Order: sequence, then C-alpha cells, then structure tokens
Amino acid sequence: MTATIEPTKGGFGTRMLRKEDPKLLTGENKFIDDIKAPGQLWMGMVRSQFAHATINSIDTSGAESMPGVHSVLTGAQLAEMGLWQAPLPCAWPVTEDMVNPPHYPVAISEAKHVGDIVAVVLCSDRYGVADAVEQVVVDYTPLPAVVNLQDAVDGKAMAHSDLETNKAFHWPLDPNPEGTAAAFANAAHVVKARFVQQRLIPMPMEPRGCLAVPSPAGGEIVFYSATQIPHILKIMIAATSGIPENKIRVIAPSVGGGFGGKLNVDADALLAVTLANHIGLPVRWTEQRSEGAGASHQGRGQIQHVEAAADENGKVTAIKVHLDADMGAYMMLITPGVPLLGSFLYTGVYDIPNLSFSCDGHFTNLTPTDAYRGAGRPEASYAIERIMDMMAHKIGIAPEEIRSRNYINGGEHFENFDAASTLTFDSGHYKPAHDRALELADMAGLRSEQARRRDAGETKQLGIGMCTYVEICGLAPSRALGGLNYGAGGWEHATVRLLPTGKVEVVSGSTPHGQGHETAWSQIIAEKMGIDPNDVEVLHSDTALSPLGLDTYGSRSLAVGGVAIAMAADKVVDKAKLIAAHQFEASPEDIEFVNGSFSVAGTPTKSVHIQELGFAAFTAHDLPDGMEPNLQEQVNFDPPNFAFPFGTHVAVVEIDIETGGVELINYIGVDDCGIQVNPLIVEGQVHGGIVQGAAQALFEEAVYDENGNITNPSLMDYLVPSTMEMPNITLDSTVTPSTTNPLGVKGVGEAGTIGSAAAVINAVCDGLSPYGVTDIKMPATPQRIWNAINAGSTGGAA
Amino acid sequence: MQVSMTVNGDSHSRDVEPRTLLVHHIREGVGLTGTNIGCDTSSCGACTVHVGGQSVKSCTMLAVQAEGESITTIEGLAETARADGIATGEQNWHPMQEAFQQCHALQCGYCTPGMVMAATSFLKENPTPTEAEIREGLEGNLCRCTGYHNIVKAVQSAAEGAS
Ligand code: FES
Ligand code: FES
Repeated sequence: MTATIEPTKGGFGTRMLRKEDPKLLTGENKFIDDIKAPGQLWMGMVRSQFAHATINSIDTSGAESMPGVHSVLTGAQLAEMGLWQAPLPCAWPVTEDMVNPPHYPVAISEAKHVGDIVAVVLCSDRYGVADAVEQVVVDYTPLPAVVNLQDAVDGKAMAHSDLETNKAFHWPLDPNPEGTAAAFANAAHVVKARFVQQRLIPMPMEPRGCLAVPSPAGGEIVFYSATQIPHILKIMIAATSGIPENKIRVIAPSVGGGFGGKLNVDADALLAVTLANHIGLPVRWTEQRSEGAGASHQGRGQIQHVEAAADENGKVTAIKVHLDADMGAYMMLITPGVPLLGSFLYTGVYDIPNLSFSCDGHFTNLTPTDAYRGAGRPEASYAIERIMDMMAHKIGIAPEEIRSRNYINGGEHFENFDAASTLTFDSGHYKPAHDRALELADMAGLRSEQARRRDAGETKQLGIGMCTYVEICGLAPSRALGGLNYGAGGWEHATVRLLPTGKVEVVSGSTPHGQGHETAWSQIIAEKMGIDPNDVEVLHSDTALSPLGLDTYGSRSLAVGGVAIAMAADKVVDKAKLIAAHQFEASPEDIEFVNGSFSVAGTPTKSVHIQELGFAAFTAHDLPDGMEPNLQEQVNFDPPNFAFPFGTHVAVVEIDIETGGVELINYIGVDDCGIQVNPLIVEGQVHGGIVQGAAQALFEEAVYDENGNITNPSLMDYLVPSTMEMPNITLDSTVTPSTTNPLGVKGVGEAGTIGSAAAVINAVCDGLSPYGVTDIKMPATPQRIWNAINAGSTGGAA
Repeated sequence: MQVSMTVNGDSHSRDVEPRTLLVHHIREGVGLTGTNIGCDTSSCGACTVHVGGQSVKSCTMLAVQAEGESITTIEGLAETARADGIATGEQNWHPMQEAFQQCHALQCGYCTPGMVMAATSFLKENPTPTEAEIREGLEGNLCRCTGYHNIVKAVQSAAEGAS
C-alpha cells in the first residue's frame, strides 16, 4: 500500500491522445469491408433508373446464367417468399394522421425514385455480382414524377399514384398565436424571407456495407453493419423480418464516419439479413459510392418561409415560420421528425417572446431525406441567423449590435430559461463567446480593411459574417420524445466493472464512428475513479457485449451515455468504499476517497487503492455482511432535459467581383459545450463540423435533373471540400456548465455545422451588399454570385 | 493471369482476373485490408499506397500493371521507417503516423491510411513545405471528419521533426 497520492492522470480537461489511433494508423482495425465469412455471397441491387414508373416485367434469365450467380430475385418473388412481416420502419409518425405508404425493401409494382431497388442478385464473386446486375432487364412504363419540392407543394403530379396528395402531414407548434399576431400588428419593422435548404449527401468516407452470417442449425444470425445504431437496428430487424430479437446479434465494427448517413434501417441491410437467414449462407454487401448517393438517404431538403417582427429599437418580438419539407419518396427511420427537431430553435439565442411554427411534409419522387449532421437544427439556425442580419440591415445597425440587443438575459449568464418554443434552455452565457469571437476576428480591423477595399474599388472584396447559434443536443429525455410521438426513448446505458486484477471494463450503449469514445470514456473513469485511463477498456457496438443502448446521434453520447458511465463509476466507488471501510475496520463515513485511494480520515498513511479492491470483491472471502460479490454497477440514465450548447462564429470571405469566385479566407469559432472532457477531441469535432456547414454554404448540393436523375452522385461531381477549399480555423471556447446532468457537459458533435452555414452566407451577403444583394441561395457558387452582382438581386434566393 | 509483386517486403504471386484493380488485389488477394476504398471515380485517395516509392491511388491501377513492383501499404509503413532509421515515438512508427496521432489528425480513420501514405511521399518530394504547399499536395485526398486543419498541422509537424 502506498501513501503517496498523485493527481490522477487523464481526467477532465486533459488533451489525452486517442486510444483509438494506433489501430487506425497501422491498418489493424477492421471496417465492414475488411470482414469476410466463408461461403459468403455478394449481394448486388438492380435499381430503378426512373423517378416514377410502373414495373411491367423483369427478365432475370440473362443474369441467372452468369458464372457464380446464386439467385436473382424480384420484389414480387421476395414478397411471395414471405421474407418480411412488416414494411421498413418509420419510428417517428409525427402526427396521428401522417400518410405513410408501405415501403418494402424491393419495389413490387411501382418504382418511386431513381435508385429504388427493383431486384436483387446474389453471386459468389464481387465483380461477378456487378456484371449480373447489368444483365437484369426491367420493362418500365414511366409515370409523371415529382422531382422538386416546390412541384410537390403545388401538386403538379403525385409521387405515389395511389394517393391524392403529396402532403404527408401538417405539424404546428404555435403556443401563443395571439401573441404572434399582436407582435406583427405592432411591429415597427418586419422582414420576410424564403430560404432553400438544398439536399445534401452525407458522404461519410466509408461507404455503407454489411455482412449477415446465419447459423442455420441454431437459428441465430450475426449481422455486421457499418451503422451508427446497432441497438436500434437489432430491434428493427426483429420487427420487420420476424427473426426473434434474441437470436439476432448486431456488430458495428470500426465505422468510417456517419454524420447521420448511417443512422437508418435501410432496405439493403434488411435484404442482406433476411436473405442470409432464408438461404442459410452469409450475404455481404458493400455500396458503390455513386450508388449510395441516390440510394441511401440525403439530408436537408426544405423551403423555409420566415418572418420576423421587431420594435423600433430592433428588439425582435416574434418569429413566424412555415416549412415545406421534402420527405423524398418514402418515410425512413426519422424522416418526418427531422424538420421538427429544428422547430424549437427558430428563436435562436434570443429572448423573442413569440414563435409560430408549422411544417408540412411532402412526398417527392426523390431519394428519401433523413438525418444529416445537425438534423433540422442547422436549418433553423440558418433561418434565424440570416433573418437577424436582414433585420439589422433594414434598421441600419451592425449584425453584432442587433444580436446584443436581443440575447437572452442581455447576454449575461442564465439558467433555466423558458423559451417561446416551450422548451427550457438549461444554461447559457452568450456575451463572452460573442466578445471573444469578435476579438479573435479583429472585427474592427476587418471592417476598416473592407471599407478600404470598397473605397478603392478593388476586385477582391471582403465579406464578414457572424452567427450566434444555440443547439438542442443530448437527445434526449424519453418523456419529451414520447410527447413528440417518437417511437423510442432517449436514455443511455452504462456498466462499469472493476475486474479482479484491477483493470476496468466500461460497457457503453453509445456507439462511436470517429468520435473517440474509447478515449473520452476512459477519461471519465480516470476522473471519477482515479484510475489510469490506460487501465480502462471500453466495450461497445456489439449487442452481445453491450446489450442495452440507444446509440450515437444528436450529440448525445457524452451528455447522456457519458453521464451514465460517470454515475455507474460513482456506484462502484460507493461499493468499494464499503469494502475499504470493512478492511480498515472503520465506519464508511470516515473513509475518504482521493485520486483513487481510500483512507481513514485523519490517518492518511493507511490507504488502499480502489484497483486493489477488485480481487477482494471477486474472491468474496471477506466482504461486509450481506454484500454481493464483484464490483460491477450499471446505470440507465434518462436526462431530465436536453442540453443547449452555443457559440459565436465569424466567417471572412473574399469575393472576386469580376468572376463571382468566393474564397473562405478565415474562420473563427468560439464554442461553449459546457465542461470539456478532452479539449483535443472537442476541437476536432468543431473543425469537422464547421467544414461541413461551410460546404453547404458554398459547395454541396445533390442536383437532380428534370427526370429525377441525380446528376452528381460521385465524389468527382459532388463537391466535398478538399484541403484547398478550407482555411485554417481559429478556435476558442467558454465553459458554461449544463444544469441538465451532474457532469455539466453538453455536446459538440453537431455544433460546428449548426453555426457555420449561416456565418458563411452572412459573410457572402455582407460582401455583396454594396451591389444591392440581400440574399443568395446555397450553395453560393461563383455563378450565383456573379449573377447576383450583375442583377443586383437575391441570386435566385427568393 | 499470374501476377507477382512485393508487398511490404514479402513477395506474393497470385492468379488474378485481368480486370482486378490493384486495391482489390491488395485487400482480397494479399489480404492486407488497411488500404481503404472510398469512391469509384479515383477522387478520394483513401486507397493511396506506395508503388516503387511513389504514392499511387491503387484503384486507378490494375493488379497486373504492378507486376514486379515493390509496394508499401499502411501496414508496412512503420517497418520501412525502422529500416530507414527514422522511426520515432513510443510506438516506433513512421514520423507521419506519430504526427497524425499527436495532432489529432484523424477521427474515424477511414481516410487515414491513404492520407498518411500520400503525406509521406509528399514530404519526400518537398521536405520543407509551406502550409499552402501542403494543402496543394494533399488535394487529392478527401477527409469528411477533420476539416483538414489538424491534418495540415500533422504534416507540418512531421516536416519540422525531420528537418
Ligand atoms: S478509392 Fe481510390 S481514389 Fe477513391
Ligand atoms: S478521419 Fe474520417 S474521413 Fe478522415
């Protein structure tokens, strides 16, 4: 026993290098495409080339005679085989009367979007399956198709032939309509805008993929999937296929990014698992990049009609929003819920007393939409932050001034603010982040340089934009989700066990795909138990090792799952303390716990480290009376509220007024995600998030032609930014602890994305303001900017 | 067709279909799965390996075109650094691997093998690059997670460490 007490290594605030990295940096880890099973068959999909068409007949004979082909199955054949008991799931029927036409993995009589699966091929060879897919001949009769959202709203054609409307639901959030009406009636200033949130493709660098390995005699099936949601997937496989839930084991191996793109129960996955189960052979599938762009879901896809009312001092008194949201052809897992996630954020960081919101969901003959980084919240943040700039412009005050006049509690610290949306913001302190961002950006210096270039009539003009965002994360309190008709809870599970040799295993229900959970969760153990983070192993993403969990999305892993781990660690310490007291023959009240060591108050020479108690708990030779053996505790944490991180971002762009070329030359972010476990990981999340949001502002859009074909499905045409498009990013942070959980943590996975699109477009519009431009459509391409400069218009935004 | 090549110092002779891409041969024939595939248009660089010391996107080449070549993949990089006497850090890795970890230049790690291989050969050609040159040099390698900020820093720090 040692009497020296050293500060614990690796606790909160430590920039610990990631434990995940060695395997990833040497190629030792396994992604989905790295896993094989003996006797596996490759699966390939025949996909519709029409946005909307009747399937008259499918000739599979050519494909069937190809070498290595096991079988070719059409939707009609699969239905006959009885492979599924229920359609693909939508877990979020947002209203009682939401229209949700049944959606099976393979279309039977009608294809509803380009990329819809019409037949499936199994073949023993990776190349052979692609050859065979090309030999399947499908006879279609094209039907009128709805290939953009406005046409769907206008009812130009029906996306589903058997429906009389494209409208799937109407969802209002209007707690005080009279208040909103009065605010607009009495307003000194009103600003209106129509913003388009273009469709985006998540494009994680690892394509989707899966491998289903059946055990025909035992009836079990192991399903490997590049998924963000192994636990939810397991339940949904059971519900749709009829395979008993307790016979299914889902494993997410190393997952190469998700961003919402792997947060679904896809047709492809269900096909693989049901086919493998049916034929008794392993079935494997890896998506082709250009296939995935139209086949997996996309993000955003909204038209926002936004109005703001303000008094003569620029104090905003009401926000009115109507959203038309593009569902695509089908409701996927949370398709209809995504726009609702944003509804609560249309008043942003401001004390705006009135919010009237409504959303109509519409079907189109396009790829379904669903979660993409931020899911609903970047859209809301964009709308409020753009409209604040427009209001400032109208009144003739600076963007930072209108924000300062409207911050909740004047920008000073607050807790438990009841927003007009009916949610309660846990905590906030907006002014310090605002001030720090302006200081880091050198706002005064930027403005004078901007003025100089304007006066000199230089070709390269500066645009400066800011965004002060707030987001809702830590999804979520189960009751709140229930109130929104969401089909699951929002708790998270953790088990912490101290092994006989003193090492620790953490079982986590959250499931990383790049976030560094193994490192961060080890640091929570270090902080709470005084144990070296390198003595901790985190078990996750395998439903046999970690049977309970609700997975990773919505910036929830730390604020819900991490808190569960901390609470379970506390319980282990509490139990270990009883063992220590027993060994010291002292009363538990007299035992102190410092940096992992228990000692009797007043006699610090006598101490025992918690890791030394693992063996005593395991042998159980001499435990306090009535105590169960082993040191293992579990917690299912259901937070009482969401967490509301925030921050201020400043973007600086340089616009070539002769060509319309735009370059993001500087970016500053000051974020507040509450207490930080590992600042290194926090910064990485913010960097990546900022780039994804800036990419929406300037580069990315899933473009469909008039026939509903996606014209840029590959990484050659879809402009994921490279090193050349992005500047260095200057970050800082403030720390306002959350009141929602005992760790004071919030969440940071989506924050960057939520702040950056608005900051960049505000910068572009600022740069173009001398040309009479008040708004510009995303992505703000050189073409659009050039048009705007030369037409003095909105660049097609309205 | 028979194709022979040296991969990370070991010679491999295999029968391949003429159309087999080098990346599929490395991953499925030779069985080294560290090299990843991120696209079908030669756009992402996830598949970057060294062929005769030069970085190459291994999805742009047929296995048979690599006949007789000496190939290094991410699995063999640390070993080449040890052989060259430049391995560093606790792990005795290539300095670029070390720099990537130190600078938190990876998140999901899917782009990482290709990024590291591209960055090492870039530094061989330009041992003292400016930031702008690093950005230009890595333009062909996409990362969706990091926003590149820390990747650029890692390459800078590897360059400084070597000079
Ligand atoms: S897989 Fe080779 S460049 Fe993308
Ligand atoms: S680290 Fe995920 S793609 Fe680069």
